[in-house]
Amino acid sequence: MSTGGPGGYGGGLDTVAVTAARTGGRKAPRLGQRRLTFDYVSFLLVFLVLPVALFLVFVISPFIQAIYYAMTNWTGFSPKMSFVGLDNFVKLFQNTTFLQAMANNALLALVVPLITIVIALIFASMITVGGPSHGPVRGLVGSSFYRVVSFFPYVIPAIVIAILWSMIYQPSNGLLNGLLRALGAPNMIDWLGDQRTAMGATIFVIVWSMVGFYMVLFIAAIKGIPGETLEAARIDGAGRFRTVVSILLPQMRDNVQTAYIYLGIMALDAFVYMAGLNASGGPNNSTLVMSQYLFRTAFEKGQFGLATAMGVVLAAITLIFAGLVIGVFRLIGGKDEGGRS
Amino acid sequence: MSLDTRAAVTVDAKAAREIRTTKSTNSDKVVGGVSHVILALWSLVVILPMLWTLLGSFKTTKEIFKSPFGLPANWSFENYVNAWVKNNFGPMFLNTVIVVSAALILVMLLGAMCAYVLARFSVPGSRVIYYLMLAGLTFPPFLAIVPLFFILQGMQLLNTLPGLIITYVAFALPFTVFFLFSFFKSLPYEIQEAAYVDGASEWRTFFQVMLPMAKPGLAAVAIMNFLGLWNQFLLPISLNTNRDNYVLSQGMASFASSAGYQVDFGALFAAVIITIVPVLIVYILFQRQLQGSVSQGTSK
Repeated sequence: MSTGGPGGYGGGLDTVAVTAARTGGRKAPRLGQRRLTFDYVSFLLVFLVLPVALFLVFVISPFIQAIYYAMTNWTGFSPKMSFVGLDNFVKLFQNTTFLQAMANNALLALVVPLITIVIALIFASMITVGGPSHGPVRGLVGSSFYRVVSFFPYVIPAIVIAILWSMIYQPSNGLLNGLLRALGAPNMIDWLGDQRTAMGATIFVIVWSMVGFYMVLFIAAIKGIPGETLEAARIDGAGRFRTVVSILLPQMRDNVQTAYIYLGIMALDAFVYMAGLNASGGPNNSTLVMSQYLFRTAFEKGQFGLATAMGVVLAAITLIFAGLVIGVFRLIGGKDEGGRS
Repeated sequence: MSLDTRAAVTVDAKAAREIRTTKSTNSDKVVGGVSHVILALWSLVVILPMLWTLLGSFKTTKEIFKSPFGLPANWSFENYVNAWVKNNFGPMFLNTVIVVSAALILVMLLGAMCAYVLARFSVPGSRVIYYLMLAGLTFPPFLAIVPLFFILQGMQLLNTLPGLIITYVAFALPFTVFFLFSFFKSLPYEIQEAAYVDGASEWRTFFQVMLPMAKPGLAAVAIMNFLGLWNQFLLPISLNTNRDNYVLSQGMASFASSAGYQVDFGALFAAVIITIVPVLIVYILFQRQLQGSVSQGTSK
């Protein structure tokens, strides 16, 4: 996108413009000579200062305040607040419920991206290279139908998805048990109420809502791979499976990495899904996540200091997670690093 | 670029001749068949829950309990009426439309302006702003939620629609700026120069020259932002607890948790359908652009 520019103008013109911009570096030409006229000053005030001020007040300043509040025993409604240092964090790491929530989050961050990406990759490969093995590499016939249908859950509000599935999982009148009964399975499972199935059922819902979106992303990434590369592989005798493993996957490493980070961040949050599926945290807190516990501690118990400490832990885990993913992908992809870039 | 297309075209022509002469091999049929079966099964997994809900929304609670597949004895809209009236869907729908459209217009305008300055002017501190935006994009909103609650309370904006709009704008800003930043960067500098030479002010250059050129990028971000804001859940349930100001997503949640006690499943089914239908219509209308903007977002 950065090199091609928005389609529309002819190739030659575009390239000239881009190289001109490139050689000029990051700075726009002639800016040194810009005088502080009323026009320029008012322009900067409205165009830059206004949005940045809004962003600083409502996003950045709460982030910074949170770090301070996390070290107080503030209960919010009384003005009294004393500095307690790292006490809140010590308390959190001794709190078995919080540790349980953290473990649940860790499980989600590991499993949800993995399953979603594997399914999305398989579907995307089927759609793009699943066609006949002679001639140019082609996709399946009628694949746009699958693309349109499986992308749809992405646009439904997540809370509605969660409510919808909580009804499907209903033990006595839900769709799932109804299907199982029709197939002859006698005993009814309380999918969300049984500790053994609650987490699995929850993970499935998140995967269900995300697969289509990442499938579309991966299809776009595959389409971005030059056709000659695929042709060459085919002429060299690579079958479909070999093409996917040796050609597509290495080329899509960055896309998969980004997808893993996004999905992981989403799974570390997971608040919306849990709110609709098991608002109370599930049987024996088996689906309780940090965000739910934080919300409850803050807005039901009023322990704002402790709650913001949870927020800090959650943020730290998010950053560590992103760092880990980038590190692991660098390790995996180390050997083909030289070939591209 | 032009070389690419030429190569692809010649390959295509040759291949077209080949297809006419060769028949599908057995392995082609197997792979194609298996792929179709798997993808069709997944489509079923996506569609079936919706159909079941649609069916359920016309049944009485008694019928729902009897069999999950049975057709309703008489197709009545009673559940819809119940859901709409009991759940105050009318005002909530209106609130959502007001909040989302106001926030969308504001965030697109402010985001485009900010991205334009960051991408095309050398203003001191622009690097810092860029990294702060990155932080805003990565850190979980849960870190901010408690202080944000008290900031809004201090400004008398807690539990008000303007307060909600302003926080929506602030939280959607980083994504908008990031996406549009690369877009404005790729626009040719010559045109901006030409506008200056012709005597246009900075304001005029932006609104009459640069902004119209950025239309494809703006459309892509606007669609993504619309979905994100329409589906927003955490901000309203923590910052907007006044029942009169409820937006759809939080109304659905409270309805579902109260329906758990009264067991009016029919109305709940209807409520789900009511919230899905608008997005379904938007989705069908903008399906192409939406998938296009998702793909554009990755190729940055």
